[in-house]
Amino acid sequence: MAADAVGGILLAGIALYAILGGADFGGGLWDLLAGGDRRGWAPRRLIDDSITPVWEANHVWLVFDLVIFWTAFPSAFADVMNTAALPLWLAVGGIVLRGSGFAFRKEVSRLSLVRATGAIFALSSLMTPFFMGTVIGAIASGSVHANANHASLYAWTNTTSLLAGFLFVAACGYLAAVYLTGEAARRADDKLRVYFSRRSQAAGLVAGALSLGLLAELHSSNRALYRHLTGRALPLVILSGVCGLAVIGLLMIPRMRLWAPRAVAALGVAAVIWGWGVAQYPALLPGTTVTLSNAGAPHAVLVALIVLFGAAVVLIGPPFALLFNLQGRRLLSSDEPPLLSTTDPHAMQDPQ
Amino acid sequence: MGAASLSSVAPFIAAVVPTRAQMAATLGFHIILACLGIALPSIVLLAEFVGLRRRDETAMRLARRWSQAMGVLIAVGAVTGTVLSFEMGLLWPGLMRRYGAVLGFPFGVEGVFFFLEAIFAGVYLYGWRRLPGWAHFWSGIPIAVSGIFGAMSVIAVNAWMNQPGGFIERAGKVVSVRPWQVFFNHAALYEMPHMILAAYMVSGFLVAGVYAAGVLRGRRDRYHYTGFALGFVPAAVLTPFQIFVGDTAARAIARDQPVKFAAMEYVARTGRNVPEWLGGVYTGGHVYGGLKIPDLDSLLVGFGPGTKVVGWDTVRAAYRPPVAWLIHLCFDAMVGIGFLLLLAGLWSAYEWWRRRRLPPHRLFWWVGAISGLAAIVAMEAGWVVTEVGRQPWVVYRRQTTDAAATTNGGVLVSLSIVVVLYALLGAATILILRTLARRWRRGDLEEGAVPYGPSPAPVLDRTEIV
Repeated sequence: MAADAVGGILLAGIALYAILGGADFGGGLWDLLAGGDRRGWAPRRLIDDSITPVWEANHVWLVFDLVIFWTAFPSAFADVMNTAALPLWLAVGGIVLRGSGFAFRKEVSRLSLVRATGAIFALSSLMTPFFMGTVIGAIASGSVHANANHASLYAWTNTTSLLAGFLFVAACGYLAAVYLTGEAARRADDKLRVYFSRRSQAAGLVAGALSLGLLAELHSSNRALYRHLTGRALPLVILSGVCGLAVIGLLMIPRMRLWAPRAVAALGVAAVIWGWGVAQYPALLPGTTVTLSNAGAPHAVLVALIVLFGAAVVLIGPPFALLFNLQGRRLLSSDEPPLLSTTDPHAMQDPQ
Repeated sequence: MGAASLSSVAPFIAAVVPTRAQMAATLGFHIILACLGIALPSIVLLAEFVGLRRRDETAMRLARRWSQAMGVLIAVGAVTGTVLSFEMGLLWPGLMRRYGAVLGFPFGVEGVFFFLEAIFAGVYLYGWRRLPGWAHFWSGIPIAVSGIFGAMSVIAVNAWMNQPGGFIERAGKVVSVRPWQVFFNHAALYEMPHMILAAYMVSGFLVAGVYAAGVLRGRRDRYHYTGFALGFVPAAVLTPFQIFVGDTAARAIARDQPVKFAAMEYVARTGRNVPEWLGGVYTGGHVYGGLKIPDLDSLLVGFGPGTKVVGWDTVRAAYRPPVAWLIHLCFDAMVGIGFLLLLAGLWSAYEWWRRRRLPPHRLFWWVGAISGLAAIVAMEAGWVVTEVGRQPWVVYRRQTTDAAATTNGGVLVSLSIVVVLYALLGAATILILRTLARRWRRGDLEEGAVPYGPSPAPVLDRTEIV
């Protein structure tokens, strides 16, 4: 029972990381696709402005999830780490490059360096969610074995895992674009609003197609999971699809309220993750006998984690709300005029 | 350590050398940033407090500039910290499989404080221009507080590895855990204050060192003296407390981990009237090049020359830490630097007491300039003592390091990549900080520097025009 609750907490943590951290990763995708210095200036500037004050807090969900995983299910954690060592190392590399590329881009002044650090930021923003996606795919496809003590290449390069990797990238891009549409609307920048709402719709369609492809692939790679996804998890699967379509529709309304598309998009992504969790329950590592209850840590640890999670919600909920509120009211900005604007004098003449 | 024991230990250690090297490299890098993450916010807040309270524009400008550097350092620290949480599983799956449930709880507590730190860092660092003065100051307090509590949580894990307790194990499987006993384990009570004080010393002396170097280059102005004092004073004030805590810790280690202590002090055989060795290399049963002070070690351990000190002869060679000379020299380096920093603090205190000024002597500013690097060396040396001294155990007397390490190959590859990546990361961080400093110096000429006023530089940010 306690183990199930902690499993729920873990799933909630993954969903939060996917929604908040995912949107930040997606920012890197759009940064990459924004084009040359001049054409890409405005979207890059918006991405930069929106992510800067919040990315670190969003990133902490990852650390939180890792800690919950190894504390509550230590043995399964070791299995995943051993089996998927290579993609995890690549994701770690992406995290190092991305965090530093992003932090440094703000402080370097030469255009060539801004470009280089920007490219690092953008490319590593793709790398990290992709490889993390393959790891989730490896678990879902049943390729992680109990008591694994060696890395397995097949575990994360099978079709299911690769599809999951691409789905992660697409979902990140989708979330980021929806979020940035709202940011552009808040700034009354109609050009950028249209720019990002088109990208939201495109990314949403790609993510939807990849989800359906993954579902079809699970039909052959993990029949049990497929059965549950089309069985008891079906409401969640449908919910995610409805949310995706609703966002595409909402974005067509020019005077749409800012929060609605974002909330619906976040709900849709959360529904995908919860659908996976519900379909997999009670297995922790599908294809093995490892379940939430038999892999769980001693009872006192699980109870401590539940209490800790409660404390965390109480302690960090209000500050998070404060941060997003201040960010939303645009009371947070870089101390000095952002350097990106100085690299393109043309931008200064850009009429508001 | 005799030749025979060396040969029996060598293969045992060799198997996990790359894994340990990678952990040492990443942790050794991160710990510097962690120190700055723990203590730099307090120093920035001190400057802002002085600035707001006394309407001191110099202090205010320092606070604003330091917080910019803090932003870079916290960001890099968050990244390298994340690498470590992955490495816990990727490098040490054996440890996590068996003890993840036990050592996880303090990490979970740390996670909560990490959240608070990151959230308020977002508010504080980017709130300079728009938040009112004292509101901005108060938004920084949670960063400083959660830095300390977060550090306590992480150190709790390391302390637990040295003094594991709070759990019951049957047939190699943990069956019951008492989380708070794990958190406040035996070693936590001295490791926590020791490391937190070290973080404050490293950060304070580093900040001071930057401005001392400026003074040495002839920039003898109020800006540089204020910058120096705001870092140096807190660090120097804390130094005597650190020495007291360190001394207490050493005595506790003599009791809790006698073999580690024996390596720290070259106690080959258990006995009374044990001498203290300053420096020296132990090999083949002899200490070469060290200064021997009779009875002092016994005196330090139990306040009497007749105190019995346990030697490493009490355990089999395989269970002794592998390189006693490294542990001993690192221990001496840490203690020696601690006392030198104490002297520097006393010097400035004396000058202030007699003449109300900082010492004008060039030597003092040289000491000030290198004090930060010295504090880093002392802290790293201290970690070598703790970590190498615990070998061959990862969890003291419970699990050996090689049983904890990954069985996946390729650690040499990941080690090489990590070394290259971190070298670049370190170089880039220093480069960025230098760029910032240069920009500030240029800004000195043109900046009107009104705290919380409109940005002195021309407004390029078009969001401003709205």
